[in-house]
Amino acid sequence: MSHEIHEHDVLVIGAGGAGLRAAIEASALGVSVGLVSKSLLGKAHTVMAEGGMAASLGNTDDRDDWKMHFRDTIRGGKMMGNWKMVEIFAKEAPDRVNELEEWGALFDRTEDGRIAQRNFGGHRYPRLAHVGDRTGLEMIRTLQNHGIHQGVDIYMECTIVELLMDGDRIAGAFGYWRESGKFVIFKAKAVILATGGVGKCYRFTSNSWECTGDGQALAYRAGASLVGMEFVQFHPTGMIWPPSVRGVLVTEGVRGDGGILKNNLGERFMFNYIPEMFAAETADTVEEASRWLEKDPNARRPPELLTRDVVARSIRAERLAGRGSPHGGAFLDIASQRSPEYIKRKLPSMYHQFKHLGNLDITKEPMEVGPTCHYIMGGVLVDPETAGSDVPGLYSAGEAAGGLHGANRLGGNSLTDLIVFGRRAGQYAAEYAKSLKSSIKISDAQLKQVEKVAIAPFEDSGKENPYQVFQDLQSCMELNSGIVRVKSELETCLVELEKLKERAAKVKVEGNRHFNSGWHYALDLRNLLTVSEAISLSALHREESRGGHTREDFPDSTEKFEKVITIVKEKGGKMTWKHEPKSEMPEELKELLA
Amino acid sequence: MSETTPGSSVSRPFLETRREDNWWVGPMATAMGLLAFTVYTTWAALQGEHYSWGPYLSPFYSPLIKPEGWPLSPAILILWAPGGFRLTCYYYRKSYYRAFMAMPPACAVAAAPHKYRGERALFIFQNLHRFFFYLAMLFVVILTYDAIIAFNFDGSFGIGVGSIVLTLNAVFIAAFTFGCNSFRHLVGGNVDCYSCASMGKQRHLLWRVVTFFNKKHMEWAWISLFWVGFSDAYVRLVSMGIITDMRIL
Amino acid sequence: MKEVTFRVFRGDKEKGELKEYKVPLSEGMVVLDAIHEIQATEANDLAVRWNCKAGKCGSCGAEINGKPRLMCMTRMDVLPMDKPVTVEPMKRFPLVKDLVTDVSWNFEVNKRIRPLKPQPRQADGTHRMMQMDVERIQEFHKCIECFLCQNVCHVMRDHKITDFIGPRFLIRCATLVMHPLDTENRLRELKDDFRIGYCNITKCCTEVCPEEIGITDNAIIPLKERVAGAFYDPLAWLWRLLTGKKADQRT
Repeated sequence: MSHEIHEHDVLVIGAGGAGLRAAIEASALGVSVGLVSKSLLGKAHTVMAEGGMAASLGNTDDRDDWKMHFRDTIRGGKMMGNWKMVEIFAKEAPDRVNELEEWGALFDRTEDGRIAQRNFGGHRYPRLAHVGDRTGLEMIRTLQNHGIHQGVDIYMECTIVELLMDGDRIAGAFGYWRESGKFVIFKAKAVILATGGVGKCYRFTSNSWECTGDGQALAYRAGASLVGMEFVQFHPTGMIWPPSVRGVLVTEGVRGDGGILKNNLGERFMFNYIPEMFAAETADTVEEASRWLEKDPNARRPPELLTRDVVARSIRAERLAGRGSPHGGAFLDIASQRSPEYIKRKLPSMYHQFKHLGNLDITKEPMEVGPTCHYIMGGVLVDPETAGSDVPGLYSAGEAAGGLHGANRLGGNSLTDLIVFGRRAGQYAAEYAKSLKSSIKISDAQLKQVEKVAIAPFEDSGKENPYQVFQDLQSCMELNSGIVRVKSELETCLVELEKLKERAAKVKVEGNRHFNSGWHYALDLRNLLTVSEAISLSALHREESRGGHTREDFPDSTEKFEKVITIVKEKGGKMTWKHEPKSEMPEELKELLA
Repeated sequence: MSETTPGSSVSRPFLETRREDNWWVGPMATAMGLLAFTVYTTWAALQGEHYSWGPYLSPFYSPLIKPEGWPLSPAILILWAPGGFRLTCYYYRKSYYRAFMAMPPACAVAAAPHKYRGERALFIFQNLHRFFFYLAMLFVVILTYDAIIAFNFDGSFGIGVGSIVLTLNAVFIAAFTFGCNSFRHLVGGNVDCYSCASMGKQRHLLWRVVTFFNKKHMEWAWISLFWVGFSDAYVRLVSMGIITDMRIL
Repeated sequence: MKEVTFRVFRGDKEKGELKEYKVPLSEGMVVLDAIHEIQATEANDLAVRWNCKAGKCGSCGAEINGKPRLMCMTRMDVLPMDKPVTVEPMKRFPLVKDLVTDVSWNFEVNKRIRPLKPQPRQADGTHRMMQMDVERIQEFHKCIECFLCQNVCHVMRDHKITDFIGPRFLIRCATLVMHPLDTENRLRELKDDFRIGYCNITKCCTEVCPEEIGITDNAIIPLKERVAGAFYDPLAWLWRLLTGKKADQRT
């Protein structure tokens, strides 16, 4: 059977910030690059990022430097971040941000014309370069408009079904055009996975349909290891009303710019939930918090700006104590803190979003918010320097890769992650491809096997509706493997996932392959099932609470688990797990944590 | 032509749309308004009499230029300037393209089928808007002068209804003129870097002022259009003795 | 529960028709929710493009009751629900299937615009730009590339003119032309290659823009004025003759 074939040195899967940055870098090094995107170029989930990108430029507060950024990121990640990755990240961030400006990004400015920085949860100093509350859009458009002149071949609306192997090394990828449904083969010496997150495992998520864990699942099936999959971030402030927008993100910038959280008694409850680890740097009175808002350098930060895991759990606790808002969340109030003009200038798309979707004027009324699945800290296990996985030729960057954020990601660190490690993945994948002398081969048997999987939903093997299975999977994860977990539920979840796998095998799709959304859902299901299992399995075996992983039966963090990371890997057709010791941080870095 | 270029989809018949709202009300009202004004102005401009009374001078005849032996109405000698200003104005372009030429009559309503060539041939003169703007500024000065004179009743200060009518006329014309897109460009829109250009900060401020008026350019266009016609009618009716000018002071 | 009737275009290049579906109404529902509901129940293979469902990615442009809009930002309560709601694909682009059109032409046009060529950096390796200088063009960067403006513009939609780059790309040009750091001259290509003269200021692009960008007033007209200054202004021409400045020199 003959299929459309494209050949490249480096194939980048995913055209969000990380994928685009990787493609730009690889192309600049003179190799041929293909960039595959599941949706149209520039629509990737990166556009949803609102608040900004963290880099210790020191423009707004010159006390900031990479060491401080390192400290905040490690502590925010509850000591689970890979120290080497975090070090590289904190050191390279400022250069990457300045580079974007060179390529046309228009950040908000300081008085003296430098890039302005805003406050965000967990960051000691104002650190986020931003453009109002649409920084992700600025990033993706900048990279897109730069990338189209770099000679990168872009394949839009193409979904990858499986990675192709030549022995134990990467040989390319097999996919289909969403429009025609026709299959396409990409031969490549190196593949970079930059496919983003897994949010669609859950019912309420800020993630778009694209975030179905493709990269993590593709890597897993190709034999790579996944790390830290139990750490899923639930963003504390998602919209919860009306139902049709439940889960849509409300940027942390609202709190960074002065927004406060209140319960139904009107109490500013975050003062009651300050963890010991952050007590020294958090304001403990309303008076001090308001001084901070007025830029008093000696005032400590308001508790609303504690890390996301803390805030999300606090909102949940208030609701369980009967102090939640009418639709089961909390009130986020900026109207009482800032002038309408300020709010409209600094948070234009939030204003727009609530006005249009929620019928609410945020300059006059408080918003109703609650936790929503936002980000996965875990992902493909990669080398900190090269972004390479344990499969030769397979690289990963951005949300698809794991390790940088540890157990909890700080707001603003994600966009920077994309460009720091996107660039590294592009560089090292290009070098690997250049160094590879022998040509790659793909066996026909392998192609036939993948093709069979891809067309299976059209066969008459059952009559499950893909949308129904999809929804049931989301409910199962929401219920059993969500924001707060317990052993029995996690075990139930794993059992349920087995049943869902059986049902997924019996999915039946109507119509033909021509832009058939049912078929697309059916194939995405495979990946979602894989990552759901990885999340639940990893969560079951981490018997402590830490960052984005909260266990009702083990509410405290323990030293025992602080020393290990969870690795998931395929063995003989089954998912296996193990705890591996974390690499020891050098003394000079340890000193920075004080 | 490749498949992905526009133009591969079928042509739709004139006025075809799926819109269910009263999209035709806008262009219809515009057409009627502009038509009524044009008819009245042409008639009034051709009269050549009853254009002044006491201290009042109809804006259609200001500045009053009456060369020896000119056989027609003096209005014709000056009206081309404000006329040209409005004809090349970016707002009026929208209104006449929609209302008279139906290119398009309204958004997502199929346009008239005749060939469209944009700013070609005669339409290239639409680019001369700024020159008409220079003249329009002169007219603001002249009409302001007329408004001041309208308070001078034979050497003594007074206020008649006509004084207020002509004052408002000058104000409305000014608000329309100073919101002009060309003016907005000339005062500061053409600067790329306000912080480095000479007088950059002042130009930025000016640009913001013009932008303020420009935001309501359409509204000022209609208000000033109506009022200038009304001013002429008022002076005309008083001059013809049909109505009497009320003295307030 | 109240039900709303939808008439959704189903079909491809060869043939197509409006098909009726009934969808139960829920609070705060938007048109895209209804389309998803139809997809999940009655028509699994209904083709629709969408991503963020929050008006940020610009994927779900369609014509709702004949008006170009984003499906995710069109609340049901702004539509007359006693009558059927019609949902059709954007009409200016070639149809792929159902509500999906081929918008690749836009990506080709974008490649024709030369990228930013900034001035050299300052000694400390950064650029200086004042808020005052970037504010005006930051508005243009709000564009989410939904292409509703490209869809509605009569120059392309009705007159099928293919050498006009359209409102979306004129605002991209405006960003570059007004960029305080850019060193390129772009006015001649705006006039000769991108054919800004085709725009007749009828403002439908501005009317449909979901980001409420002042496309016509803040981008296209200022560009036209710059082009007029460079090529149609005899006084400016005389001034240049005397001062020796070039027609499309940057200020």
